[in-house]
Amino acid sequence: MSIQNSKKQKSEAAIVYKKKQSPARETWRRLLKNKSSVISLVFLIIVVLLAIFADVLFDKSLITTQRVDIRIQPPSLEHWFGTDVYGRDIFTRMVYGSRVSLTIGIVTMALGMLIGGLLGACAAYFGGMLDSFIMRFTDMFMAIPETLLALCVVAAMGASASSLIFALTIAIIPGNCRLVRSAVLGVVDTEYVEAARACGMSDFRIIMTEILPNALSPIIVVSTQGVANIMLTASSLSYLGMGVQPPNPEWGAMIADAREYLRAAPYMCVLPGIVIVLTALAFNLLGDGLRDALDPRLKD
Amino acid sequence: MVKYVIKRLLLLIPILIGVAFIIFAIMEMTPGDPAVRILGHEASVEALEEMREELGLNKPFLERFFNYLYNIFTKLDFGKSYRTRKPVFDDILARVPVSIKVAFLGMVFATIMGLPMGVYSAVKQYSPMDNFLRISSTILVAMPTFWLAMLLILVFALYLGWFPSGGVASWKSYVLPTITIGFPYGSKILRMTRSTMLESIRQDYVRTAKSKGVPNNKVIYQHALKNALLPVVTTIGSSFGQILGGSVIAESVFSLPGLGSLIVLSIKAKDTPCVLASVLLLAFFFAIIMLVVDLVYAFIDPRIKAKYI
Repeated sequence: MSIQNSKKQKSEAAIVYKKKQSPARETWRRLLKNKSSVISLVFLIIVVLLAIFADVLFDKSLITTQRVDIRIQPPSLEHWFGTDVYGRDIFTRMVYGSRVSLTIGIVTMALGMLIGGLLGACAAYFGGMLDSFIMRFTDMFMAIPETLLALCVVAAMGASASSLIFALTIAIIPGNCRLVRSAVLGVVDTEYVEAARACGMSDFRIIMTEILPNALSPIIVVSTQGVANIMLTASSLSYLGMGVQPPNPEWGAMIADAREYLRAAPYMCVLPGIVIVLTALAFNLLGDGLRDALDPRLKD
Repeated sequence: MVKYVIKRLLLLIPILIGVAFIIFAIMEMTPGDPAVRILGHEASVEALEEMREELGLNKPFLERFFNYLYNIFTKLDFGKSYRTRKPVFDDILARVPVSIKVAFLGMVFATIMGLPMGVYSAVKQYSPMDNFLRISSTILVAMPTFWLAMLLILVFALYLGWFPSGGVASWKSYVLPTITIGFPYGSKILRMTRSTMLESIRQDYVRTAKSKGVPNNKVIYQHALKNALLPVVTTIGSSFGQILGGSVIAESVFSLPGLGSLIVLSIKAKDTPCVLASVLLLAFFFAIIMLVVDLVYAFIDPRIKAKYI
C-alpha cells in the first residue's frame, strides 16, 4: 500500500513540479497573496535599504554634532522627527540607530537559532542521555527570566552592542533549542529518515539534509518573529542604560534620553517609538504570513 | 497527586542549584572588586584585604560556590548584601510585596481583558469588532514596554493628571503600571484564546450540542470554552512568571521600589549575594506557578486528572 501511495505522491509531485516549480517558489507565491505580509516586507526592505545606504543619504556628522542653536525643535520639513536636546536630527539618528537594532536583532537570532537549533536537533536525534542532559541544561537557563539573564551577562561583559548580542544569544538559545527539538521529534521517526540511515548516511548528513529541511517551517516562523522580540528586548536594555552607549544612536537609548523632556517635547519619545513598533509589527506580521504560506492547512 | 507534587518540588532543587551556579559564574566575570565598592577607593590596602577576607573573596571560585550552597542548605543563610551590609532578604522581602502586587494586578487585568475578548473575537469571527481586536492586539504585542509606559505617563499623568507618574503613594500609583504590564500579556491571552476557541468551536461535540438545541451561550461557555481553556491557562501561568521577572522595565519607568529595580541596582553595584538571592527567588516563584498551572490542568481536564491517580 505504501509503495502505491508513494508512487501516487511521486507522480502528483511531478505534475506540481512541472506546473509550479519548487516548494519555495510556491510558498513565495502564497506569501505575496497576503496583503499584510507584502506591506510588511516592503516596509522592512525600505528600513534595511535606509540602514545600508545611510552614509550616502545622510550626513553622518549629524548624529553626533551638537548644535545648541537648534536644540529641541519640533518636527519640520528640515528635521522630520525634530531635534533632540543637543540639537541632533532625530530622524538621522533613527536611521543610523536602525543599523544597530537590525544588526542586533538579526545576528542574535541567527546565532541563537544556529546554536540552539543544533543542540535541539542533536537532542531529538540522538535521544537518551544526551537528550536529557541538554534538556536539563535548558531547564536551568529557562528558570532565569530572559531579561535578567541578559542584564547579568551585559553587566559582566561591559555595556556595548557586541555584548548585547552575546547576552541575548545566550538568553534565546534554550528556547530555540526546545523549539527545534520538538520540531525534529516530529520528523525523526519518519520512513525517509529510516531509509537514509539504511543507506548508510552519516548522522550529520541525515540531520542536515533529511531532518532539518523537513522541520524548517516552525523554525522560519519563530526566527522571523524572534527578530522583533530581540529588537524590543535590546532596546529595553539600552533604555536601562545596559546596552549601546551614547553618543552612538540606538532606538531604546534615544527614547530613554527623551524621558526628561516628555512634557516639553513629546515628539522626541513618540515618533521614534512609532518606528520601533512598526518595525517589530512588520516582523511579526511577516512571520504570521510565512506561517500561513508555509503550511496553508494551519490557517484558521 | 501529593506524590507528584513532592516529586516536582524535589526536581526543583537541582534546577535551582544550576541557576545559582550560572548567576554565580556570570557575576564572577563582572569587572570590579566588591571590597573596593564597599570601602571606597581611598581605603587602605590592609582594610581592603581584611574586607576580602571577611567576604570570603580570597578563596577559589568553586570553594566559595560550595560554601554558598552549604550555608543555604544548613542555615538558610543567603549571605549579606555587599551594598547595605545586611542580610539580603531584609531588602528583598521589603520589595517583594510591591512586585507581587503589580504582577498580580497586571495579570488579573490581562486575563480580564484577554479571555472574554478572545472568546468574543472567535465567536464573531471576521466581524468589525474581531478585526479591531485582532489588529490592536497585534500592535500591542509589538510595543516596547517602556514606550507604552511613557505614552501612558504622557497622556494620563502629564496631560490629564488623573494618575501619578511614579511612586507607590496610593492605589492610584498602581493603575498605570498595571495597564502597562497588562496590555501586552492581555493581547497574548486574547490571541491564544481566539485561536483555541476557533478550533474548539468547529469540533463535532459543539455541533452536536447546538443541534440538540442547547442555548448558544451554554454551548460557547460550557462546551467550547472549557475545552479551549488548557493552552490559555498555560499562557496565563507562564505570563505571570514572565511578568514577575520582566517587570524590571515597568518598575524602572514608574520608579516603583520592586524586586526588578533592586536586581538592576544590585547588578550595577556588583552585589552578588543580592542578585543571586533575588534571581533564585524569582526562579522559585516561576517554578511554583508552573506547578500550580499543571495542577489546575487536572481540575479542568478529567483526562489529565486520571493520570495522577
